[in-house]
Amino acid sequence: MESKPLNVHSIESFGTQDGPGIRMVVFLQGCNIRCKYCQNADTISLEGGTLTPIDDLVKRAVNMKPYFKNIGGVTVSGGEPLLQADALIPFFKALNAEGINTNVDTNGTVTTEAAKKIISEVSDLVMFDVKHTTVEGFEALVKARGLKKVIENIELREQSGKPYWLRYVLVPGITDSDESLEWLAQTFGNNKHLDRLEILPFHKLGEHKWEMLGEKYELQDQEENTQENLDRVEAYLSKTFKNLVIK
Amino acid sequence: MSSQGFKSGVWEQEINVRDFVLKNITPYEGDDSFLVGPSAKTQKLWDVCKEALKEERENNGVREIDTKTVSMIASFGAGYIDQENETIVGLQTDKLLKRAMKPYGGFKVVQKAVSEHGLEIDPVVTEAFSKYCKTHNDGVFDAYTDEIRKFRSLGFLTGLPDNYARGRIIGDYRRVALYGINRLIEGKKADLEGITGPMTDHTIRLREEVAEQIRALGEMIKMGAAYGLDLSRPAETGREAVQWTYMAYLAAVKEQDGAAMSLGSVSSFLDIYLKRDIDNGVITEEIAQEYIDQFVMKLRMVRHLRMEAYDQIFAGDPTWVTESIGGMLADGRSKVTQTSFRFLQTLYNLGPSPEPNITILWSDKLPQGFKDYCAKVSIDTSSIQYENDDLMRENRCSDDYGIACCVSFQELGKHIQFFGARTNLAKTLLLALNGGRCENTGTLMVEGIAPLEGDVLDYDAVVANFKIAMKQVARVYNESMNIIHYMHDKYYYEKAQMSLIDTNPRINIAYGIAGLSIVADSLSAIKHAKVTPVRNEEGLTTDFKIEGEFPKYGNDDDRVDFIARDVVEHFNNDLKELRVYKDAEATMSVLTITSNVSYGKKTGATPDGRAAGIPFAPGANPMHGRDTHGAIASLNSVSKINYKDSQDGVSNTFSIVPKSLGATEGERVNNLVFALDGYFGKNAHHLNVNVLNRETLMDAMERPEEYPQLTIRVSGYAVNFVRLSKEQQMEVLTRSFHDKM
Ligand code: SF4
Repeated sequence: MESKPLNVHSIESFGTQDGPGIRMVVFLQGCNIRCKYCQNADTISLEGGTLTPIDDLVKRAVNMKPYFKNIGGVTVSGGEPLLQADALIPFFKALNAEGINTNVDTNGTVTTEAAKKIISEVSDLVMFDVKHTTVEGFEALVKARGLKKVIENIELREQSGKPYWLRYVLVPGITDSDESLEWLAQTFGNNKHLDRLEILPFHKLGEHKWEMLGEKYELQDQEENTQENLDRVEAYLSKTFKNLVIK
Repeated sequence: MSSQGFKSGVWEQEINVRDFVLKNITPYEGDDSFLVGPSAKTQKLWDVCKEALKEERENNGVREIDTKTVSMIASFGAGYIDQENETIVGLQTDKLLKRAMKPYGGFKVVQKAVSEHGLEIDPVVTEAFSKYCKTHNDGVFDAYTDEIRKFRSLGFLTGLPDNYARGRIIGDYRRVALYGINRLIEGKKADLEGITGPMTDHTIRLREEVAEQIRALGEMIKMGAAYGLDLSRPAETGREAVQWTYMAYLAAVKEQDGAAMSLGSVSSFLDIYLKRDIDNGVITEEIAQEYIDQFVMKLRMVRHLRMEAYDQIFAGDPTWVTESIGGMLADGRSKVTQTSFRFLQTLYNLGPSPEPNITILWSDKLPQGFKDYCAKVSIDTSSIQYENDDLMRENRCSDDYGIACCVSFQELGKHIQFFGARTNLAKTLLLALNGGRCENTGTLMVEGIAPLEGDVLDYDAVVANFKIAMKQVARVYNESMNIIHYMHDKYYYEKAQMSLIDTNPRINIAYGIAGLSIVADSLSAIKHAKVTPVRNEEGLTTDFKIEGEFPKYGNDDDRVDFIARDVVEHFNNDLKELRVYKDAEATMSVLTITSNVSYGKKTGATPDGRAAGIPFAPGANPMHGRDTHGAIASLNSVSKINYKDSQDGVSNTFSIVPKSLGATEGERVNNLVFALDGYFGKNAHHLNVNVLNRETLMDAMERPEEYPQLTIRVSGYAVNFVRLSKEQQMEVLTRSFHDKM
């Protein structure tokens, strides 16, 4: 049986920011939420992208195997990749069959059976982007509901006993309050299978993409982090999280 | 045991440095923690050099020229930077950064270079070279055919070493340290005795060459004596080993101003002496590092006298003092020693620098500590390049080799090269579309190419014509090479270097091509899209209309990458069929140096959508902006070119912003090591690594005085960024900097 193709926005073959080692990052087209700070606004729309057979992507990944060593592999990002979870399952299985490590970079809000299957069993690594720490804050920032689902999905992964990372975009005045940091520490600090927490300081690199799409970039006047702020956050979180990386 | 406490071997009976290294090397498996900073003497000396370098920059790139002395091995007396602080001595002339005339390559070039700096050559020298002495350049132009001249002037063959010295030959400079010159003279005398009749051209020439070599060795002894050094005997200490090796190299750069004057692979040889002295408590780590720092400092001060036009093919005043470090021995041990680290450490102790052109012979099996240190040095300095040791060692059957010029294998003491510059393959493709005529002038270059029928280009018809064009270009190219190397041997024989190489060594002719990515993309466009040429009233192509998408080289897409691979194989085979002077064996490189800019200028619009005059991508690189799948996909495309078809080297330049390499310093080091292991694991040949922010380069263009040592790797060598012309700086800036996050 022919597997379903994936709707691909673009491919970065030298991914060093999305998981361990050198990774082929496949950015999928389409997202279910709309974060104000989205850096890949052109991947949000469900329209567009290139339908790409899984075999082509596997071949590309196999060509890259010498660069992966035992550390790197393939990361699927987006957009929200778990919107295409059905097609991802055979893709990840094919990669595993070639000895290639898999990783999905998700906002954690998709709860279909296939998405859960990837989270609990199929993907070698999962990176959850935790957008906010309160229901109101979450909904204001990403224009959708779903913090509860994110927490459930992370719990599902934790229960599976497989490794995962959390990522958190630090936006001054929006996501960096002491309460937010405290919540992160309380909620995830004791998780056994959480391997790494990445703090991604907010910056406006994605602004031009919103402009290109003719859409308003709402964080135009948002200030970026001062070094002082980053130091504060690091000092606070490093008490709880052993592997904390401020990018 | 030898009298000096080294392990015995056949090296004691015959001239065989490799055997000495094999028997006595101590591979080092550790990390960089033993390294030390520069000594006080080194710092003082380097301050003097930095001041002199500043003067040089301010004085239009040349500090001083000696206009009276024709530079030979022993024609200058001793010269010092600051004698009391110099542990390792020797300058090319009697003064730091003073350049010397070496007119045997071509007198007109020397005249031009001198007059460009507002000076005049001493009348005695002018008289000698205009009336009595013939040069290489004179000889070549006596013999050139009209056809060669036409190919040369219209830009099909460019950068030919017909008015400058060919370089590329690497003397085995270690021999002077290990054996002393008296022993080397004995060896050469024995060789000469054995070269007997019948007196064919070959035999007569060889006898003359060996006699010249013996004379050069005698001159080297004199040159050393001017510094109070007795080079006739072997080096006895670590310091002498460094000093003797440098003196041998110095003799070569006093006599010759070849484009590339590589050093070979001396670091692990010197390590044997340094380690012995450290183990015996004779010197400390600080002293060992001082020797290497000062040796490298001297290598950084090597200069040749060049005219301005030379800058178009070799920008930034390079000297290619290429030193190869690392690699594996055939027996599975690594050649990495503590002195391999000490050489790299000079990039911290003295700051980044393009010279010596440090080349890491990379193997998957190199010790991890060394791999990590190399990556760190690359990230911090952008000053080093990498070549695939596994590939060269296995294909070329030697584990004792250096890199000639940018990227080319040369077995030390056994093997030499005839430098061949390169041919413009993109222009060759345009011959196929223009009935064999030059696209710029309409001059008929190649006969027998039928004009193409119809408007839209037909792939098979174009390829058929291209093959005819390649064959004829290869023929003319070969003819020019034969003339050039015959004349170079005759008028500017490298007697110093050749005296340190086995008599009658194997020879490679090093042909080259430029414009590979343009040819691949053009053929891909013709095959996968619809390409219609726009022609002027003479019927020559001036532009191309492209309808539809086509795969582009640099995205790990076999549909176009295999076109590139096959073109390389085809042209190499055309060249291999042609007989070469001295029965040299043909090899070919995909390398441009910095001539990708000037080649671009001379080449009309091409079917890939490149406009007339736009620079080519350097070396085997994909055209900038066309590799849209990130750095590894780009590397993978280049790795498909087979080394067996381009044994002179496949050059690739990889530029990345630091952040894209990883989030932390540790990750950046790891990821660069993975990238190198991966690329070479795919049998790729060469990689320049730049880790730089574009903003840094832009700032350096604005305020060059703030960046005297900013180094950037271009095609197979490195330059001080601020010494490039504005045009070349812009070309570097527009290149792909992999910066996806
Ligand atoms: S989840 Fe990711 S892709 Fe979707 S809107 Fe947010 S940042 Fe953009």
